Amino acid sequence: MHDNEEYIALICELQKVSFVLVELQLYLATHPDDEKAVTDFNRFSALQMHLKHVHESKFGPLLQYGYSPVNYPSGWVENPWPWEL
Amino acid sequence: MWIYEKKLQIPVHVSKTDIPLAKFLITQYGGPDGELSAALRYLDQRYSMENNRAKALLTDIGTEEFAHLEIIATLVYKLTKGATAAQMREAGLAAHFADHDKALFYTDGNGVPWTAAYIQAKGDPVADLCEDIAAEEKARATYQHLIALTDDQGVKDALIFLREREVVHSQRFREALQIVREDQGQRKYH
Repeated sequence: MHDNEEYIALICELQKVSFVLVELQLYLATHPDDEKAVTDFNRFSALQMHLKHVHESKFGPLLQYGYSPVNYPSGWVENPWPWEL
Repeated sequence: MWIYEKKLQIPVHVSKTDIPLAKFLITQYGGPDGELSAALRYLDQRYSMENNRAKALLTDIGTEEFAHLEIIATLVYKLTKGATAAQMREAGLAAHFADHDKALFYTDGNGVPWTAAYIQAKGDPVADLCEDIAAEEKARATYQHLIALTDDQGVKDALIFLREREVVHSQRFREALQIVREDQGQRKYH
């Protein structure tokens, strides 16, 4: 079993970055030609991919259906479910 | 196609078991202005929405609403964790316990099950976006009421976040309505 504190800390870092991207995703729906927002979106997207990679290499997949690589054993089943954290 | 991500949108902390509080909160799970209503309303309206920006917005907000549904579910799950049948009964949840034990179910605070009659898809972009703005304002007001009923700081923080999201969604829907109106104004046939 992994270190729960580190798991939570990494999820928390991801939550911060993901939130920026949710906000920008909605903003870009009604402002698709805002160049600065597009640049910000891509900057945070790269950061999110990096944090997701760090988390997944340590703890296993965050996403289903091949959007995350799996370890052996996979980790998808064993890792805590969000409501249980 | 949807993909599940094994994380909540925000961290959710609950200080102690509080069944009466869970009874109020459940309305944002399966009540008229709750997150299930929101997610299903927006995703359903996409197919008859003619404007591409509005289609994108309904998709993006509809998807975010499922993340909010999971936050509410987590709050209710944590607030009722370890509760006994006697405690459920004391909190006015005996009828819920009889049918569902401590399982979550899509109801309002009075146990009335969710119904599609809560939502609408009119096939008219202006009518639908006006409904969406009203839905966000009703959800915002519900969160305001729930915040007033809560003394658990962790629950309060989550509710304040969710209330703020309703404000942002309302703003984006207002922009979409403006875009749709401008779009319609440019047409030559009327």
